[in-house]
Amino acid sequence: MAVSDTERSPTRRRQPSNAKSIVGLTGPAYLWLIVTILLPLAAMLYFSFLSDVPLPGRDWQVTLSNYAAFFQEDFYRTLMLRSLRLGFEVALWCFLIGFPCAYVLAKTIKGRWREALFLMVIIPFWSNALIRVFSWTMVLRGNGMLERLLDWLIPGFGSLNLMFTYEAVVIGLVHSYLPYMILTCYISLSTIDDDLIDAARSMGAGRLTVLRRIILPLSMPGIVAGAVLIFVPVIGSFMEPRILGGREGTFLGTVIEDQFTSVFNWPLGAALSFILLACVLIIFAIFQPILRRAS
Amino acid sequence: MKARPTNMLARIYLGLVLAFLYLPILVMAAMSFNSSQFYMLPIDWTFDWYVKLAHNTRLLESTRNSILVAMVTTVIASVLGTAASIAFFRYEFRFKKVLQAALFPPIAIPWLITGTAMLLFFFWSGIGRGLHAMILGHVALALPYVIIVVSARIKGFDPDLEAAARSLGASPWQVIRHVTLPYLAPGFIAGALFAFAVSFDQFVISYFLSVPGVSTLPVEIYTAIKKGFTPEINAISTLVIAFSITLLVIVSRFYRFGGDR
Repeated sequence: MAVSDTERSPTRRRQPSNAKSIVGLTGPAYLWLIVTILLPLAAMLYFSFLSDVPLPGRDWQVTLSNYAAFFQEDFYRTLMLRSLRLGFEVALWCFLIGFPCAYVLAKTIKGRWREALFLMVIIPFWSNALIRVFSWTMVLRGNGMLERLLDWLIPGFGSLNLMFTYEAVVIGLVHSYLPYMILTCYISLSTIDDDLIDAARSMGAGRLTVLRRIILPLSMPGIVAGAVLIFVPVIGSFMEPRILGGREGTFLGTVIEDQFTSVFNWPLGAALSFILLACVLIIFAIFQPILRRAS
Repeated sequence: MKARPTNMLARIYLGLVLAFLYLPILVMAAMSFNSSQFYMLPIDWTFDWYVKLAHNTRLLESTRNSILVAMVTTVIASVLGTAASIAFFRYEFRFKKVLQAALFPPIAIPWLITGTAMLLFFFWSGIGRGLHAMILGHVALALPYVIIVVSARIKGFDPDLEAAARSLGASPWQVIRHVTLPYLAPGFIAGALFAFAVSFDQFVISYFLSVPGVSTLPVEIYTAIKKGFTPEINAISTLVIAFSITLLVIVSRFYRFGGDR
């Protein structure tokens, strides 16, 4: 099936006989993606315009009220702004912490150490996100590791009460997504020629000038790619705010989750999901040229 | 930049970032060996929580489910993904760019959106929820990664090798079996392991597609966390994270994260 008559068509370009092979090889994968991604999203779009779940025995009609709810009620707008702010803050912290780290990895450390350290930074990102967030509860909770450490360093420090706060959610999310920023920055930083930096230095540019005029502009694609790839999942997060934020952890993501798992207002949940998806698409559209360059 | 103090400072900074990334996990692991349920210090070492784990039927059941789902996902995703990668490498066709771009959504759209969309569609269309639905969803998430990883390997393949095999009289199937596939093996293994890791650690999709009584390990852990912390969760979490980090270290032997270096 896989090998068609390639012997007779050495150029292998747009031969009609190849069509069968192409469909045979790519068809199954893309059929799968249609059933699991495209159709579900289409169904969700449909649901978001209904007044109730379209099941036998339910009374439902087509309506715009789910979207109207979002634009009319302050609650959802505040929630949206809160989620956007969270996404922005997490991306900013990831940049502030991750960029210097990527720089050190790309430019200061050499050889086998670099590879080993790079792996150590990247691997947690692919490991279990839920457990990594959960592990912070051990550190942040009242009388947890952090408070004991501070109390030991500064006797009588008292209580921080970080658990179940907005800050706890930010800490957990930065921990989750930091490796992403380090990865994208590292990739762009390692393409900068060291000679360029040395040349600027030898011509009398100070460290800050080199950073501002050469390193930052040249690594911008990596920074932006990292920021976008962090911002998007963060505004759709619900598990991290639930575990670390407690009652303070109400965001758009958690409200959407509620609609599907406890309130059972699927049409409203679908509409909110689509508004979130629209935000995501707008962000990708704006940064698309830079993202393409980065990849 | 060659001055020693800066170098030292750079290393200390890197050390701090690594501490930030790993300390919470290490604290959790340490606490799973602490006999005090209220995490009193100093740690009184014990294996009690791990022993209790062995008798927790719900956790054992969900572990079995997780492994089952991950194995089926791995097989399906690596076969479908490798087939697609071969087509991308071998042929030029009009919709290639579109198809490659279509791999982006499963990775880029927040899992909350894909998860709730799957829940709604599977429930409505009669596919239903449960392990088979999770497999459907996990394969969709793993496919793009398999295609990316396998494509990275395939790029270095010289098509002349196939031509040479053919001119020496190999049948099309023999060419694939004895030339193409052996070359692809490392990429295939890395893709398969990656698919396993993606599925085994996946929480969001599984969470929306689980039904009471049928869930995977991450879903069960989440439920337990919401009920309240116990050292038993620490114990199972420590095992899971140790397993997934080991798996990823093995993947990294076959595939270089972050491209060529």
